[in-house]
Amino acid sequence: MTIGQPKRSYWKTLGKDLHKTWILYLFLAPALLYLLLFSYAPLYGIQIAFKDFRPALGIWGSKWVGLHHFMTFFESYHFWTLLSNTLILSLYALVAGFPVPILLALLLNYMQSERYKKLVQTVTYAPHFISTVVFVGMLFTFLSSDGIANQLLALLGIQPVGFMTNPSYFRHIYVWSGVLQNMGWSSIIYISTLASVAPELHEAAIVDGATKLQRIWNIDLPSIMPTAIILLILNAGSILNVGFEKAYLMQNAVNIDYSEIISTYVYKIGIQSAQFSYSTAIGLFNNIVNFIVVIAVNRFSKYVSGTSLW
Amino acid sequence: MSKRAIRENRQDQVFGAVILLMATLILILVMYPLYFVVIASISDPDQVATGQVILFPKGISLEGYTYILGDKRIWTGYLNSILYAFFGTLIALAITIPAGYALSRSDLRGRGILMKLMVFTMYFSGGLIPTYLVVKALHLIDQRLVLMIMGSFSVYNLILTRTFFASTIPKELQEAADIDGCTIPVFFTHIVLPLSKSIIAIMALYYCVGHWNSFFSALVYINSQSKFPLQLILRDILISGQAVDMENTDPELLLRMEHIARTIKYGVIIVASAPVLCIYPFVQKHFVKGVMIGSIKG
Repeated sequence: MTIGQPKRSYWKTLGKDLHKTWILYLFLAPALLYLLLFSYAPLYGIQIAFKDFRPALGIWGSKWVGLHHFMTFFESYHFWTLLSNTLILSLYALVAGFPVPILLALLLNYMQSERYKKLVQTVTYAPHFISTVVFVGMLFTFLSSDGIANQLLALLGIQPVGFMTNPSYFRHIYVWSGVLQNMGWSSIIYISTLASVAPELHEAAIVDGATKLQRIWNIDLPSIMPTAIILLILNAGSILNVGFEKAYLMQNAVNIDYSEIISTYVYKIGIQSAQFSYSTAIGLFNNIVNFIVVIAVNRFSKYVSGTSLW
Repeated sequence: MSKRAIRENRQDQVFGAVILLMATLILILVMYPLYFVVIASISDPDQVATGQVILFPKGISLEGYTYILGDKRIWTGYLNSILYAFFGTLIALAITIPAGYALSRSDLRGRGILMKLMVFTMYFSGGLIPTYLVVKALHLIDQRLVLMIMGSFSVYNLILTRTFFASTIPKELQEAADIDGCTIPVFFTHIVLPLSKSIIAIMALYYCVGHWNSFFSALVYINSQSKFPLQLILRDILISGQAVDMENTDPELLLRMEHIARTIKYGVIIVASAPVLCIYPFVQKHFVKGVMIGSIKG
């Protein structure tokens, strides 16, 4: 009943809990160590973006140069190409990749034959497990001038298409092959959401004479909206994090004007030409934009639809 | 009324037919490329190049596979990748499973802050070069160990694991064990782990496939060809156009290089993806279950 009592009991339970559960921190130790080494320690190294880093002097000992590297980047003729390539590629992938898994899930949901549905599912999930290297290798062999794609086109009497020689095809190939590779895997979450829609809703709609299209529009779509929005926010958060691996592997002298994106440039400048400070600055710019976008999209979504990540 | 019902019935029939057609188109679109790689890898290279091989293999020839079996690079890469994937997965499980269990317990003090510290790393990172400098400071550049460690912990997988424990291990069980004087490590090893085979399987599969397919870490941190994982070798063969090992000086083989280069590529695609695609149909339901756990909010 005294004022001090709740406080004392807080410390008491804290002590009791710690005495009982201290070993759980040992369970957490490897995970925390991993993050400390590979996520938090690099944050300390970010300062070289504002310094003229010389390995001999170390991170701390190198001279400060302020925003010099950022200015160099913003003023370089690469800047606008890199930024627009990155933005176009990721927005294109986001817009093309968003509706397809939803459509696939709806399609599977209305399939009559359970066995055929299973088959389509198993087959469409499979490409998700093919490595990026193998996938790009397949793209290259299929789309080469005498590859299977052009052979099939020839059967239909269509002139061969220079998929690999025309640089402007790069974005379409990049995005649509990605859609094909991931549509099955991304549809799983929608399939499970659709399966959890209350059957009474559908029964009532059928009694009222609704067609299947009307049921999709009025029952299924609204019920997968929250999931879809969460996924859209998550994807928008990596708007400047276009998959490095795929873009880098697909890059060649022909398509470089379209395929050079921030992450591939950071790799080349940083690892291949060892300009550590400059490439850290570019990487930091990239990360900050991403961070701002995810927060902004999250805010916006919370405001508009009430759905948010946090 | 009855007329309307019939009309809508017909609309639904058309709908069903369209669905079936589209599903079949998608099936062909995804399956044909994989099927084509298989038939092209066992066909006569000339017939593949001239477009004779469309639906069935022609002029069966195992020349590509014979070459692949004799290529040292592929064997080395294969062995390296098995090594990295095996130990990488063990390390990943040792990190993720206990941490996931600890975070699933409501009596863990500071759980909220720890979670926030972890989730933050999903959205903000130091970037390539600062991470590279840390790896360098740890003397891990060009060490096999770096490929077993990198990618052996993901906060996303940790959240999956935590969610699994939080929803499958009843609090009453833990309380009963407490009363009986069962310590946390004993409870974890004797009761929690046997009940959690499915999440262990899911995590093992996720990390194993991740390690097997990983390309970036090796590209950045590994320099010696003898330590290259399969994916880096594959890049040379499939993308950089070095289908035949340049150190190979067999003149007869070099003459026919052009001829069999593409068959080798198709064969390599099969050889590299075989382990994953062979186990895939059997473990597919575990993978899918992982996604389902992820869709539970919280």
